[in-house]
Amino acid sequence: MKFAVIVFPGSNCDVDMYHAIVDELGAEAEYVWHDEDNLDRFDGILLPGGFSYGDYLRTGAIAQFSNVMREVKKAAEEGKPILGVCNGFQILLEAGLLPGAMRRNASLKFICRQETLLVENDHTMFTSLYEQGERLQIPVAHGEGNYYCDEETLQMLEKQQRIVFRYCNNPNGSIANIAGIINERGNVLGMMPHPERAMDTLIGSADGVKLFQSIVKSWREQYVLSS
Amino acid sequence: MYKVKVFVTLKESVLDPQGSAVKSSLHRMAYHEVSDVRIGKYLELTIDGPAESLDHRIQEMCHKLLSNPVIEDYRYEVEEVVAL
Repeated sequence: MKFAVIVFPGSNCDVDMYHAIVDELGAEAEYVWHDEDNLDRFDGILLPGGFSYGDYLRTGAIAQFSNVMREVKKAAEEGKPILGVCNGFQILLEAGLLPGAMRRNASLKFICRQETLLVENDHTMFTSLYEQGERLQIPVAHGEGNYYCDEETLQMLEKQQRIVFRYCNNPNGSIANIAGIINERGNVLGMMPHPERAMDTLIGSADGVKLFQSIVKSWREQYVLSS
Repeated sequence: MYKVKVFVTLKESVLDPQGSAVKSSLHRMAYHEVSDVRIGKYLELTIDGPAESLDHRIQEMCHKLLSNPVIEDYRYEVEEVVAL
């Protein structure tokens, strides 16, 4: 399985993402610059954190119109797994691949610390190796992670079990303690916390490993075992 | 040529933590008459194009990029600039 790590001007978690895939998971990954217009050679797409285009106008607002985002939308339609972390999540929201929007943290502070997440849905291609109700230690690092959507959208997300992760101690004011959501088809996940920074107990937590392993497991079941 | 002034504001239903912080600061400065502060964005576009499609194209720009319709509203004013 080969992953694309998309790099925008201002991405800064791309190296962590690449390290998580290549060194910790032992899978293949390649950095892909934002003006690339073909992602056909990849099986999974990773949108890393950072400050694409300096967070100008709104977080993720300008990145959504990069060449590569047309390809990301195409990959989403093809059912390929797409993971957006932090700024990657913000870009997925702006691009309309996930519903809702981000506001400034309620405290107005940039928050950078370990948070406890609750696994709400373990029936996704990103969480199949976790247990529902499992608590994960995953770091957050953001100034605009205060998730918002209208009441109707929230009810839909709840009903369709599309809230994949919730914060145990909401750090940023997100409605319904939302830390991560998935699209209706189940192949696009956006989350503010950084699983790629929780790959080794030596630096605090290895609770992010199973997320990436779940993606690979799902891909193997779909393509390798059936061929 | 047109000068277009675009005002982007948070929807009424969306809390504005920045506005709340500025309001508390004004209260600390003894401006107790301030009951609410909402922070928005102001953009100036200079547009060189035909008048017919102007409104339609500005609305498209506002909807696609300049504002996020999930949390923001926009309004705009158009001023014709006469070249001297």
